[in-house]
Amino acid sequence: MTDTVRDVASSTPDGPPPERPKIQVVPLKGLPISAAAVILVTLAIAGNWQWALVFCHVAGGGLWTGIDLFVGLVLGPILGRLSIAARAEFSARFMPKMVIIMPTVVMMTLATGFQIARKMGNLYAKSPNHPWLIASFCVVGVMAVIALGILEPANIAVLFEMNKPVPNGELIGRLMKRFIYTAGITGIMQIATLIIMTRVATQ
Amino acid sequence: MSLDQSPPVPASTERSYPPIGWLSTGALASVIIGGILMASYAPRKAPLGAATALLVVGALLLLSAGVLLASLKEFSRTTFLKVFKWAIFADLVTAAMIEFAFVRDHTNGASLLIVTCMLAVFTLSVPTTVAFTVARYAED
Repeated sequence: MTDTVRDVASSTPDGPPPERPKIQVVPLKGLPISAAAVILVTLAIAGNWQWALVFCHVAGGGLWTGIDLFVGLVLGPILGRLSIAARAEFSARFMPKMVIIMPTVVMMTLATGFQIARKMGNLYAKSPNHPWLIASFCVVGVMAVIALGILEPANIAVLFEMNKPVPNGELIGRLMKRFIYTAGITGIMQIATLIIMTRVATQ
Repeated sequence: MSLDQSPPVPASTERSYPPIGWLSTGALASVIIGGILMASYAPRKAPLGAATALLVVGALLLLSAGVLLASLKEFSRTTFLKVFKWAIFADLVTAAMIEFAFVRDHTNGASLLIVTCMLAVFTLSVPTTVAFTVARYAED
């Protein structure tokens, strides 16, 4: 991708744009890891396998929260101050990985979280954790709409734009801005998740 | 010429489109609210009236997005289908996992039917939003 930006920088409106390596929007090398996570979660749910359920929930949830906080509150503001070319170069390397990582950790966390809550009786209305779980469902619901409806489409559109012979920097900048703002919102919402989950674990 | 000094904006980025992305995202939001409602009652029976109403709203929004998509004239259907195909594959895995969890938790009858229909709306709405967002800027 370094080549991509360098080549775009050296192209002129008169000459044809030089050949550039294509960005792989979905990194196929990551799919087996994702498939392994799906299999582990399926086995954990099917067998009510306590350790695997907790492992998938804690590992997936920790990664999800950590990545969202880091991207939204640390990387996002840094990206916002970079030039469009630098943002484009960064996102061409970063976003394909997010395309694989985020759906995998979200699936691990939510599927096993629901099972753990059911097993521990936290879903029953009488449980002191029930209101906290409903709050958690709402937080996740809002994050899902933002991530799936705004953030993910913008990510993938940036990658497709980068694969064009002459990428439109203005469009990439606009889509990246959308990514930066939505990542910031989901990052802040993850603080609510941390509060809710630590309440649930300690009641 | 660098990405900071972009070429003139191509016609595809200036073209205005109906709010297809917002309609499919609205459909997603509707079934997510319905899903939260169903999940918050588990393992008891959720009030199916409200869940059905949310499902119908979601389905109508998605249908409107589909009708508007079909009526678009200058639009890269090739790119749309290419992205849609990959996105629906990923969302099918997620939907199958959620369906499995509900079946494993002995959800059945009308509740399971509503959950399945909600998951169908989810599985179609996310790829529609992603593929439309990409294809609206495509040049072919």
